[in-house]
Amino acid sequence: MSEASHTHDHDHAPPTDEAGPLSYYQRLELAVRELLIEKGVLTADEVRAGIEDMDGRSPERGALVVARAWSDPDFKERLLADGPAACAELGIDVSPARLAVVENTDDVHNVIVCTLCSCYPRPLLGLPPSWYKSSSYRARAVREPRAVLGEFGTVIPEDVAIRVHDSTAELRYMVLPQRPPGTEELDSDALAELVTRDSMIGVTTALAPTAERHA
Amino acid sequence: MARAHDIGGLKGLGPVEIERDEPVFHSEWEQRVFGITMATLGKGLYNVEQFRSGIEEIPIVPYMESSYYERWIVTLETNLIRAGVVSEDEIDARTVELSRHPGTDVGRREEAEFCEMLLSVIQAGVSPERDVEAPRRFESGDRVIAAGTTAAGHTRLPRYVRGKQGVVARLDKAFVYPETNVEGAGENPEWCYCVRFEADEVWGDGAEAGAPVYVDVWESYLEPA
Repeated sequence: MSEASHTHDHDHAPPTDEAGPLSYYQRLELAVRELLIEKGVLTADEVRAGIEDMDGRSPERGALVVARAWSDPDFKERLLADGPAACAELGIDVSPARLAVVENTDDVHNVIVCTLCSCYPRPLLGLPPSWYKSSSYRARAVREPRAVLGEFGTVIPEDVAIRVHDSTAELRYMVLPQRPPGTEELDSDALAELVTRDSMIGVTTALAPTAERHA
Repeated sequence: MARAHDIGGLKGLGPVEIERDEPVFHSEWEQRVFGITMATLGKGLYNVEQFRSGIEEIPIVPYMESSYYERWIVTLETNLIRAGVVSEDEIDARTVELSRHPGTDVGRREEAEFCEMLLSVIQAGVSPERDVEAPRRFESGDRVIAAGTTAAGHTRLPRYVRGKQGVVARLDKAFVYPETNVEGAGENPEWCYCVRFEADEVWGDGAEAGAPVYVDVWESYLEPA
């Protein structure tokens, strides 16, 4: 059940719309789009421009940052102190997000949620998965985080404190997962392969180096 | 009145449904809703607080039954009507027409300059960070109560911490105040704080041990404890 497969999120074209009668919401979208374009408020190009910007924003960016932090203690300190500035060192612009990176240790495990909507570190992880936006996750992650993590196949030892971060204002959180044991020989690229999207949200840990990877 | 979105701690919901190999968008329809939202937000037809508020105003039953992007198209409709861009009658007439004549082709217009501007707005965004002259009322380690605000509508203080005591864990910068910005009544920036609430304070005896919640709050939500 562990969702270990999301280092490579899909950024190809989405499935085409199903044929058949339009739902209420589908008609509403079409009506709004037609009216906006007819009135000259919006162009079809502009709609596309809004979409295309998400290309290139995927969890690979976050994984790059984590792998660097694992292999460079000074960088890690800078990342924890000032996330945006540290990301800029790697050529990653997270502005205007106020990025806060929280570190998992032997004593503390961090989990990210947005109970009110879907705030998420998009510049580093792309758009959030459906479960992150679901009522169940939003309602339960704050009250029973261990139970929720269990549904991802993640068991945090009782002597490790769990901290839940509810993204209610302008800070956007990313978890710095713990570096898995047995990775001393790995280079940055190999390390980044172990960093999944879910581990940067805090619902899983990073992959073990020998773990079978899903495509 | 409580809004449907404020569900932190709500009981009775089932397990988290995890979709394997989930695509970024499940359909072109979702992708278009995203694109229209970014484009109209980028044009400044409404602000992000107004966008959120339009979702929060959805009554609880349709809120729980609708998908993420279905809520987006509802708040788009709400905000475009409020902005005077389209009227409710126009949208109603068009949706009726579409249900009778599906497959209508939408016209195209090209506007390269705006697309450039839009991409830069989406990429760079618009920072909510502001300078504030007033000194902070709280420092790290201060005990505080999340007293809340008198705002009847949009607020970013979740219900589950209202009236609860916590400790200031981190000082943040000053940001645009959502309660007034949503009304178009000014940005009124305030200092923000990250406040740590212990699980038993928030949830009572049923809390999981050792799982505090950190909530980011605007200064006027807080009172000294």
